[in-house]
Amino acid sequence: MSTQAAGPAAAFDLDRPWCVDERVAVRPEPFGALLYHFGTRRLTFLKDPMVLAVVRGLAEQPSARSACESAGVPAPAMAAYERALATLASSQMIRARDGR
Amino acid sequence: MSPPLPLVEQFQRGLAAPICLTWELTYACNLSCVHCLSSSGRRDPRELTTAQCMALIDEFERMQVFYVNIGGGEPTVRPDFWELVDYAVAHRVGVKFSTNGIRITPEVARRLSGSDYIDVQISLDGATEQVNDAVRGAGSYRTAVRAMRNLAAAGFSGFKLSVVVTSQNAGQLDEFAALADDHGAQLRLTRLRPAGRGADVWVELHPTSAQQRAVYDWLVSRGENVLTGDSFFHLAGYGQALPGLNMCGAGRVVCLVDPVGDVYACPFAIHDSFLAGNVTDGGGFTRVWRESELFTDLRRPQSGGACASCAAFDACRGGCMAAKFFTGLPLDGPDPECVLGHGEAALAAASPGGVTLPRPYPDHSRPARQSGPVPVTIGRRRPPSRACDEDPLAGLASLAG
Repeated sequence: MSTQAAGPAAAFDLDRPWCVDERVAVRPEPFGALLYHFGTRRLTFLKDPMVLAVVRGLAEQPSARSACESAGVPAPAMAAYERALATLASSQMIRARDGR
Repeated sequence: MSPPLPLVEQFQRGLAAPICLTWELTYACNLSCVHCLSSSGRRDPRELTTAQCMALIDEFERMQVFYVNIGGGEPTVRPDFWELVDYAVAHRVGVKFSTNGIRITPEVARRLSGSDYIDVQISLDGATEQVNDAVRGAGSYRTAVRAMRNLAAAGFSGFKLSVVVTSQNAGQLDEFAALADDHGAQLRLTRLRPAGRGADVWVELHPTSAQQRAVYDWLVSRGENVLTGDSFFHLAGYGQALPGLNMCGAGRVVCLVDPVGDVYACPFAIHDSFLAGNVTDGGGFTRVWRESELFTDLRRPQSGGACASCAAFDACRGGCMAAKFFTGLPLDGPDPECVLGHGEAALAAASPGGVTLPRPYPDHSRPARQSGPVPVTIGRRRPPSRACDEDPLAGLASLAG
């Protein structure tokens, strides 16, 4: 119930380590995945399986960029994935792992 | 990297698990609201046992159902209610429960306020005692307000004040918003459906077309600050869609599990025609959700029928299946509250001499003579209404294309 207003979206840094927030559940679906945040009670969807692979890889990779690369995101698409991750960060679905 | 279909169409083909699952835990209720969509009152002796409920929660956990909307009846009167809530939370299945407030004591409120996994929805259908109690029964306004005070005092911010919009309260929307603000709650408005006992009072209680327009304008002005459980998607025919998915989720993203474990396509369609199976059947809830004939059928592309040629069809998609069914309208025709007025014409054409309407069933209403709160004036029968619950899609963000 403690719905916190999202703070001003910090600029997303592709070269920092990120992870899925502990209060978020990720459910694979035929089109990609659904994410539900128990704290904000918000639902978001991932519209393709590659974004799901990126999100799942975040916790193990030294940076969001390497999570994208290891999921097979082609270089020309990197900007679109960066925007997607920034949106997830601003809705608290993912958080920086380095305590920033 | 765009998907082949728009997301709404993906959703219409069904998901691995529901987004919004309503679980009526009991038909027992201390109130007898005239518009109760589950015709609640008396407990059904075949109610699922505690062990069966826990097994169902285990299944929800396996399917990754994020949360369940628990209702009834009045769910908190089940002796094992708090035990089941604790069990669900321990299994990472979130619980949002709808209550008339009867059991929300200061102590309970303090306990509830500690968890991200629990949300509470207080039902109130009038911003004044007079308007509310005429529908929900004498004393129900005070009970609900006391519960809200207890939640607010316990620091539970953001609980929901849930209102079914009727002809009687449609002029009180600002007052409802103020009442929610005063208690640190969020207002949630849902549509009156002619389901359960609501079928008996729908003609009298549903908003007039002028009220409906005013409700729409009010909702548009409030944006995402007021939740609607996506229940007013038929109003998208006015032009701008309200926040949410704006589609009928029955059997596609939504379903209902009733106290005896029967699975219906949606909370407003408790009738044999929309019964998909039972959670105690072989394969359990998972199989009903993924393989039942009814749900498979609902996930097929639907024809627009009589509405197909209407310019507003892409917006309203023909409206609410249950509203059509219980008012005797064809499922592929206009919603009875079609914003272009096609519903009124269809209703007039459908019942020139009074056709026999499908009866909501089963009926758990208490016999007419009652000792509890007795509803006044508005009809013969009566409990709480909740819709597809808080719009879970308010956060929809279009990602990666």
